Amino acid sequence: MNAQAPAGGHVPAHTHYHRFGRTERLLHGFLMFSFLGLAFTGLPLLFSHEPWAASLARFFGGFESAGTIHRVCAVVMISVFTIHVSRIVRRLFGQKDLGILWGPHSMVPQPRDVVEMIAHVRWFVGLGPQPRFDHFTYWEKFDYWAVFWGMGIIGGSGLVLWFPELFAYVLPGWMFNIATVVHGEEALLAVGFIFTIHFFNGHLRPEKFPMDSVIFTGRVTVAEMEEERPEEFERLRRAGRLDELASAAAPRWVYRLGRTAGGTAVVLGLLMVALILFAVLK
Amino acid sequence: MTRVLLTCCRVLLALAATASIAGAAPQKAAAPKPPANDDCLACHGDAGAVRADGRPVAVAPETFAASIHGMGGVACVDCHADLATLTEYPHAEKLQPAQCSTCHDKAVAAYDTGVHAQARRAGGNLVAATCADCHGSHDIVPSSEPASRTHHARLLDTCGRCHGNEEVIKRGKIAIGNVVDLFRDSIHGKALIKSGLSVAPACNDCHGSHDIRRKTDPQSKIFRNTIPGTCSGCHEGIGRDYWESVHGTQVAKGSPLAPVCTNCHTAHEIRRSDVEGWQLEVIKECGTCHEHSLETYRDTFHGQVTALGYARVASCADCHGAHDVYPKSDPRSTVSDAKRVATCQQCHEGATPSFAQFDPHADPENRERNPMLFYTAQFMKMLLLGVFSFFGLHTALWLGRGMQQKTAGRWRRRRDDDSTEDGE
Repeated sequence: MNAQAPAGGHVPAHTHYHRFGRTERLLHGFLMFSFLGLAFTGLPLLFSHEPWAASLARFFGGFESAGTIHRVCAVVMISVFTIHVSRIVRRLFGQKDLGILWGPHSMVPQPRDVVEMIAHVRWFVGLGPQPRFDHFTYWEKFDYWAVFWGMGIIGGSGLVLWFPELFAYVLPGWMFNIATVVHGEEALLAVGFIFTIHFFNGHLRPEKFPMDSVIFTGRVTVAEMEEERPEEFERLRRAGRLDELASAAAPRWVYRLGRTAGGTAVVLGLLMVALILFAVLK
Repeated sequence: MTRVLLTCCRVLLALAATASIAGAAPQKAAAPKPPANDDCLACHGDAGAVRADGRPVAVAPETFAASIHGMGGVACVDCHADLATLTEYPHAEKLQPAQCSTCHDKAVAAYDTGVHAQARRAGGNLVAATCADCHGSHDIVPSSEPASRTHHARLLDTCGRCHGNEEVIKRGKIAIGNVVDLFRDSIHGKALIKSGLSVAPACNDCHGSHDIRRKTDPQSKIFRNTIPGTCSGCHEGIGRDYWESVHGTQVAKGSPLAPVCTNCHTAHEIRRSDVEGWQLEVIKECGTCHEHSLETYRDTFHGQVTALGYARVASCADCHGAHDVYPKSDPRSTVSDAKRVATCQQCHEGATPSFAQFDPHADPENRERNPMLFYTAQFMKMLLLGVFSFFGLHTALWLGRGMQQKTAGRWRRRRDDDSTEDGE
C-alpha cells in the first residue's frame, strides 16, 4: 500500500496528498461492483420467503439468470482477490518490501492499534483526546481483514456449492450443508458490515458526510491529512518526504465518476439493509 | 329396452289390479275410466296452454312421443296419479308431484338417502334438485343418448344449472360454492369439455348419481378415506402405488390425517402435475403435516429456489416419490440407503455415495443429527453477534461524538469534491 510519488516529484501549489494508487482504486472499483452484484443476486435466496426476494429474482430474469450473474460477479471478485494477493507477494518477495509486514504501512494488526482503539473509544465518550492516527487506522485494518477473511470463506464455500459433484471427491456431502450455512451467514455479515459499518466509517460519519472520495481520486486534501492522520503527516514532514506525496486535485471526471458510483453503491446498499431489517424484524 | 318392457308390464299390472279392486266392490259406482293421453293432450297439447297465473302448462305431443316414456307407452296418469280418477275438466291447478317412484323405486330410494333429498326434508330447502331438475319431465330420454340431460357430456351443464349458478348457490346456501367453474378449468373438465373424452369423469363419476352423499357421510363416494378408492376407479395404477405407500396404508387403517388424493390434487380444480404453480403449491401441502421437514428444506438451496417461485430444483416428490412414498427405512423408498444415490443422480449426474451424504433436511439446531453443522452455525451466530454488537456500539458512539464536534465547528473544510479544483 506504499503510496507512490507522482511523476515529476515537485508539484507547485499542491492542494492534496497522494494516498491510493491507480491499481488499488481500480481493484476497489471492481470489488464494489462485484460485491453489489453478488449481494443483490444472492440475498434473494437467503430471504426467499420474503415477497421482495421473489421480485428481485424476477428482476434479474429468474433464479437461473440471477445465478449466472452471481457466478460472473464471483469470478470478478476472485480475480480481484488473486490480483491483490499476487501484488502483495510481489512486493514482499520481489521488492523485498518488509514494510507491509510491520510498521505504519502494514495492514498487520499491531499493539498501537489496540492502544488507538481504546483511546478512540475514550474520546467518543469524552474521556481523552482524539488519538493521532497514522497511515492505517484500526478500523481500516478491521475492514480489510473482514473482507479478506470473508472472501476466503464465502469464496471457498461458494465454489463448493458451485461444483458439488467435483468437491464430493474430496469432501463428504454434509460439507455442502456446512457450506450453505457458512456462505449465507458470512454473506449476511459481509453485507451487513459493508453497508452499515464500512459506509459509516468511510462515508457517512459527520466528518465525511455524504461521502469520502479518496478511494476514487486516490488523494486527500491537505487539511484532511493534517487533521485525520497527524502522526503520518508529522512523520513524513520530519523525514522530508511530504513533497513526494503532494498532488493537485484529481480531474473533474474522476470526482463525478466517484460520486456517481459511490453514491449509487451507498443508496443500493442502504436499500438492501432496509430490506434485510424489514425481513428480520418482521 | 328391457326397462321399457318392464315399465309396460308394471302399467298393465297396475291397471289389472285397479280393475280387480273395482270388481270386488260392486256396491260402489263403477270407477271412472282414467283419462287417456289424448284426453290430456286435448288441452295440454296446445302450445299456448297456460294456468290462470299465466305459467305455461303445454306438453308438446311430439316431444313426449319421442321421450322414453312416450315411446314406452306410459300414460300421463301413471306419473300424475291423482288425475287417474278425474271426471271434471279443467282439473284443479294444484296437483301432487309426479310419482317417479311408482316405477323407479330403486332410484328414488337411492335419491332419498342423498344430499338433495336431505336438504329438502331437513331445511325445506326447495332449491335442492328433484328428479325433474336433472332428468327433465316430458322430454326424458335415456342417459345413453347425447340429447339427454344426464348424458356424460351434458351432465356438467345439468349440475351446473344449480352448482354453477351464483343465485342458486346463495339461495341454497351451498357451502362449496361454484364448483362447476373450478371444474371447467381442471384437467378433468378440459378433457371432458374441450377434448370430449368419454373416459374423462363427469360429476357423477365421483359423486354418484342418485345417492349423492355429503363428504362427511362414511357411505359417500367422496368420504375422505373412500376418495382414493373412488379415484382409482380410473387411476388404477396410481391407486395400486398409493395403497401400498405409507400414506395409503394409513388411510386404509382409517387414519384421519394421512393424505388422500384431494389433499394434494384438490377436488374440482385438479391441475396437471407438470405445471410449475401446482408443484410449488404441493410443497406447502406436504408441509402441513411434515412441518419440520418443510422448515429444514427451506434452509437448503432447493427450498430457497422453490420459495422464490421456480420449480426447476428438487421438491418433495422429486426425492420421495409422489404416490409411492415409503419411510426411509423401507428398501422400496427412493431415499433409502440403497436407492438414495440414484435419486440424487436424477439431477446431479455425477452424484456419488459421498455426494449423497448431503442432508436435504439438515437442522443446524440438532446436535445429534448434524453435529458439525450445529457447531458451525453456533460459531457463525456468535461471530455475527460479536461483530455487529461491537461495531454497532462503536458506530453509535462515534456518531454522537462526530455530531458534537461538527456542531462545535471543530473541523476545517473536509469535503473533497470537484469544487476544490478551482476553489481552494
